[in-house]
Amino acid sequence: MSPIHTVCGLVVPLDRENIDTDAIMPKQFLTSTSRTGYGAHLFDAWRFLDTGAPGQDPATRIPNPDFPLNQPRYQGARVLLARDNFGCGSSREHAPWGLLQFGIGAVLAPSFGDIFANNAWKNGLLAIRLEPAQIDALFGAVATPGLSMSIDLGAQTVTSSDHRVYRFEMDPFRKRCLQQGEDDIGLALAHALEIHRHEEAAQRSRPWAFMPVHAGRAGSP
Amino acid sequence: MQPFPRTLYDKLWDAHVVRSEPGGTDLIYVDRHFLHEVTSAQPFDGLRSTGRKLWRETAHIAVPDHNVPTVHRAAGIRDERSRRQVETLMHNAAAFKVPVIPVHDVRQGILHVVGPEQGWTLPGTSVVCGDSHTSTHGALGALAFGIGISEVEMVLATQCLWSRRGRTMAVRLTGTLQPGVFTKDVALHLIGRIGVGGATGHAIEFTGPAIAAWSVEARMTLCNMAIEAGATVGLVAVDDVTIDYLRGRPGVPRGDAFEAAAAAWRELVSDEGAAYDRVVDIDVSAIAPQVTWGTLPDLVVSVDDRIPAPETLGAEDRIAIAKSALDYMALAPGLPASQIRIDKVFIGSCTNSRIEDLRAAATVLRGRRVAPSVKLALVVPGSGLVKRQAEAEGLHRQFIEAGFEWRDPGCSMCVAMNDDRLAPGERCASTSNRNFEGRQGAGSRTHLVSPAMAAAAAIAGHFVDVRPYFPEART
Repeated sequence: MSPIHTVCGLVVPLDRENIDTDAIMPKQFLTSTSRTGYGAHLFDAWRFLDTGAPGQDPATRIPNPDFPLNQPRYQGARVLLARDNFGCGSSREHAPWGLLQFGIGAVLAPSFGDIFANNAWKNGLLAIRLEPAQIDALFGAVATPGLSMSIDLGAQTVTSSDHRVYRFEMDPFRKRCLQQGEDDIGLALAHALEIHRHEEAAQRSRPWAFMPVHAGRAGSP
Repeated sequence: MQPFPRTLYDKLWDAHVVRSEPGGTDLIYVDRHFLHEVTSAQPFDGLRSTGRKLWRETAHIAVPDHNVPTVHRAAGIRDERSRRQVETLMHNAAAFKVPVIPVHDVRQGILHVVGPEQGWTLPGTSVVCGDSHTSTHGALGALAFGIGISEVEMVLATQCLWSRRGRTMAVRLTGTLQPGVFTKDVALHLIGRIGVGGATGHAIEFTGPAIAAWSVEARMTLCNMAIEAGATVGLVAVDDVTIDYLRGRPGVPRGDAFEAAAAAWRELVSDEGAAYDRVVDIDVSAIAPQVTWGTLPDLVVSVDDRIPAPETLGAEDRIAIAKSALDYMALAPGLPASQIRIDKVFIGSCTNSRIEDLRAAATVLRGRRVAPSVKLALVVPGSGLVKRQAEAEGLHRQFIEAGFEWRDPGCSMCVAMNDDRLAPGERCASTSNRNFEGRQGAGSRTHLVSPAMAAAAAIAGHFVDVRPYFPEART
């Protein structure tokens, strides 16, 4: 992953709590074996009036003019402003993929589904928690056309184009991974010796955990 | 040294920490990893492109479940993309020497049913899978949670995950369930009380005297639904019920090794005096059968209640959600839950497709017929072995004679990735776990209930209180 230091751009609001990952990326688009091609189907059931099929040419779709992401004033938005528990439900990583591939680089919300937040960070999608009152203020501010934001990972701040600054908390490990473009797997493999040591100790303390799984011979149906 | 009282969750977590980074991220060791077709193709491709190998081949097991057909299996999967996904899983399993249970194996089924059934989920182990309902396995005292696709690749390559310890929530359950009320109802009641985000950031431990009376299967239903309250982990401490469940299963140690393991497993309980970040108390005696009416699992009422007026639900956000849900579900406030008419019935999913679930539904159906207004009633056993057991008990005849279709195992209409789905606007009594918009097909309307409630709704054509079907107190 390339290093990330800032995300800047127009803000689009999605004023609804508990947006689940089924809504972000409906199941009919999960039959792909690829990591790409999901941006076209982001929020498919809300963004379009017709029912989409995987791989369908977006030009043939009927956009829902009421959905914020379709409105002219929010075209090219980079930051999604959301409510509580964004990304709850299914663990599908296709949800953050869809957001990123659509062009969203950061989501601001009072809280996130735990698995979604993990998946987001692993892909460099900033899932930033702000206080509910701050999110409320931003929903107020976004009523003014053209609100944009600059998110500075190093300073851990969100600065809106109306000159308000919000600080956010983040895990120092995640921060370092993003700023240095670290590969999670490579980072763990750098500790291979420790993993082996844990394994050796665990084979004594919980030997049952190391019983190999045998698929055995296929049974008859 | 004075031992500091620890919760079960903390014991499990501590036992799996490989190293800790400043700021709270730990490198956690994964003992067991389950794979399915929808979240595994990209990770194996990732290994190929980076030239990485599996850290430990024997830690993984693959089972296709999400988009396999539940009927006419011999004809294969019609949808080309789904077929390719399952073929890719089979190919990757062979190439990376990962054990796999193919579609035509009698043991095939939903991972969260198959894993415990085969004894591949053991107390004190860490268990992950690219599926949020991995919380199910916590019913056996395992640290089990769902992960994303990038994390699947990380587990394959390192047998580890970078993760942060969660906060802890005790859900203390007292009392005795009324006949006809099940742990599915307890789960829905809990979610209704704390909300779909109520346990976000927490691991739930289900505890209290009510638990002892419940089977491992009933506990799995509870832990399965923990994620619907936002908790990635659901847990039940090990007791005699757990040990008895495990004994003799294929993946479980035998003989002296079993006795030694069982002795260690019995330690997997929260210490007396261990502090939880949050405690929720529920008297299960007071719980009636539950029916969800909205598009989130926390929009739920008792079957003898009415759909609430959105204005009574408190905060503005909550009112907006309820209004939008009623609109999507085409329901009006004030309507008694028992007057909601249904088009289809689905008994299945990792929540409710085990033998006890099928027995409960069959008890209701015995000698009765599905209402003519119900267009389709499906039973999808959780695994081939559940199906075989049900057939040995004659349950399939009760389902078929009542007018149900008796299908082959898989995720089926819970996630609607195969051909089992609702048409737009259709309303379903479903034993699954999510009533989100479009979950059972575009425009689908889902009402979450227990298997017994689904069976009773199939007979009546609308929801009814199933308690009268269970006049005898169950043990």
